[in-house]
Amino acid sequence: MSRPIRKLIDENGIRTDGRKVDELRPVKITIGVLSNADGSAYIEQGKNKILAAVYGPREVHPRHLALPDRALLRCRYHMAPFSVEERKSPAPSRRETELSKVIREALEPTIFLEQYPRTSIDLFIEVLQADGGTRCAGTTVASLALADAGIPMRDLVVACASGKVDGQVVLDLNDIEDKEGEADVPIAFAPNLNAITLLQMDGLLTDEEFEKALDLALEGCRRIHALQKETLKAKYVTAKEEVEEE
Amino acid sequence: MSSIMVSRIRQRQIAQLIASGKRLDERGLTDYREIKIESGVIGKAEGSALAYIGKTEVLAGVKIETGEPFTDRPNEGALTVNAEFVPLASPEFEAGPPGEESIELARVVDRGIRESKAIELEKLCVIPGKKVFVVFVDVYVLNHDGNLIDTASLASLAALLNTKMFNYELVDEEVKILPGFTQLPVVNYPVSITFAEINGKLVMDPGLDEEEVMDARLTVTFEKSGRLCAMQKSGRGTFTKEQIVEAVKMGQQKAEEIRKKVI
Amino acid sequence: MEIFYENKQLVTPGDLLAEGDYAAGNNAYKAGNKVYASRLGLVNYEEKRVSVVALNAFYVPTVGDLVIGKVTEVNINSWTVDINAPYAALLQASDVLNRFKPQRDDLSRIFDVGDLILAKIVTYDRTRDPLLTVREPGLGKVSRGQIVKITPTKIPRVIGKKGSMINMLKKEAGCKIVVGQNGLVLVDGANPEDERLAITAIHKIEEEAHTSGLTDRITEMLKREREATK
Repeated sequence: MSRPIRKLIDENGIRTDGRKVDELRPVKITIGVLSNADGSAYIEQGKNKILAAVYGPREVHPRHLALPDRALLRCRYHMAPFSVEERKSPAPSRRETELSKVIREALEPTIFLEQYPRTSIDLFIEVLQADGGTRCAGTTVASLALADAGIPMRDLVVACASGKVDGQVVLDLNDIEDKEGEADVPIAFAPNLNAITLLQMDGLLTDEEFEKALDLALEGCRRIHALQKETLKAKYVTAKEEVEEE
Repeated sequence: MSSIMVSRIRQRQIAQLIASGKRLDERGLTDYREIKIESGVIGKAEGSALAYIGKTEVLAGVKIETGEPFTDRPNEGALTVNAEFVPLASPEFEAGPPGEESIELARVVDRGIRESKAIELEKLCVIPGKKVFVVFVDVYVLNHDGNLIDTASLASLAALLNTKMFNYELVDEEVKILPGFTQLPVVNYPVSITFAEINGKLVMDPGLDEEEVMDARLTVTFEKSGRLCAMQKSGRGTFTKEQIVEAVKMGQQKAEEIRKKVI
Repeated sequence: MEIFYENKQLVTPGDLLAEGDYAAGNNAYKAGNKVYASRLGLVNYEEKRVSVVALNAFYVPTVGDLVIGKVTEVNINSWTVDINAPYAALLQASDVLNRFKPQRDDLSRIFDVGDLILAKIVTYDRTRDPLLTVREPGLGKVSRGQIVKITPTKIPRVIGKKGSMINMLKKEAGCKIVVGQNGLVLVDGANPEDERLAITAIHKIEEEAHTSGLTDRITEMLKREREATK
């Protein structure tokens, strides 16, 4: 076997980073971190450090890309060269192109694009440090950046991955588990709409294992969603007081 | 008509039909169009196959070269899948570097082959850590009438099954070609099944018209013993958990049927 | 008929606000018989309508609004104006010149790139960019003063109930203040210190918009500062 054989879960059910199989990595979110962007948010999940920013709705450049009946959502998922162990070339890779697409499609269903025809909403996700599950953390933080920009949405989108490691279905894979495990299932979810907006899988899973992984990832999503809401609200702590209008 | 944009009337027609369990071409919701596979069509390639699903036509060619292994897999051969949406295949395709759709397709097809361990990559090691065989699968879309992913997966699998590697010996760490060929060691047969979601219903093997009106798309890939090895949701719409579980069940059955057309 | 929050509670996009025979008002939407929030804000329940007072939203052009804009392009027979909205606005030459001749009249002599103007929105619909007019008295080029940019949703607070806040600001800071609905406020004082004071007050209003007793606190702050500089 050419893959390094290493136990990723020990006899006590503890993983390489000390977590149990259904534990999320610690998550910390801050909203409104960049002054120029219309909306922004930052997330740390385990060793992941990801920044998301939104510009828009604004006029589309180049003009010919404008859609007559809705806003154009553009998304760029990009990893900084120093974000991974071996320096990554700054040029967009095929993986980044694919992830930019799936993340855009994860957020698109929730945005009221039809309200702003002929504009673009530009979303930038920069992975400053990567440790597995960046497309999920990136989606979670991008949805908050959109909310911070005041863009009307049907729901927030939250994302989380589950997978199979050492024969067990496990929540929120870190980088080692992602690389050496048996399967990876990233999903994104709009909780109030009960809609799955991103779903991928690679590895080998029976249909039962897949369903178990799906349920576990959805549970992870619900937990992170609670944190998303809490963080959004915390930005306006004094808002319990009166609002006077003209 | 040179534009493939579907008129609103047609869009409504399709959506209404599907709501009542029917499709424009009278197929059932889980029926595939006619599948045809021709192997060995490009003699100069190490392997090749032309796959048709209805009028969608995809040619896959396999070339094998020597190269350096990946640093984290020093004793294995390498696989790379590339897809080209050739401009002649559709009025919507433009010449130029691969767009996000073609990159996504290539990566989904790649995952099917890679995660199912279809190719015994350890057998493609020439000098451990230094030289391995690299299997290039190039997917060439020739006519787009919907469901490029499944057609491309079938073409790729058939091409790999058709692939012969030259015999060789090592002389001073250089590969010297000998007469005769060996079949590429292919031991698994991944098959992808793609669904379109239209008006809340799941429809297998969407035709081009159906893709124009669909809300979202889901591809599920199964290896020979029925396990999932790849999945990809794409498009602006969403799925419920129940729809996904149902798609996996239906897909598993269908994959077995379709696999028989290739092996 | 069911509601799920208390009035003025903070809600986030996607929160289920009510179920049943309610209409969806601002920053809320209805799906089936459920009303959800579409923006972060304070929920407002009325008898038959649920809306959300958004805490953070960009300006969407509304016909009749007074706006402050910046000229970004001089075209053959119009000016393109940035009004801090998703769409650039247009001011046509015919609005300013009665008999406009493109060959003879050089529009940049009237308004040039970088000029600030006070204008009103005349028309706006989904298919075209908003159209401006400067024909009313008081509108036109801004030649002096400073501009403050705040979140458009806080503009009503800067004006206050029946103008209470803005009238107080003008008096206590000794400045002429014009409030654009698009989140821009023009402050024109006798000296830069007065303008700076007014600007500080406006930013404070933006930050504390949802607190009570704000008008009094701002009044006190202004009185204090003005005393200090005398």
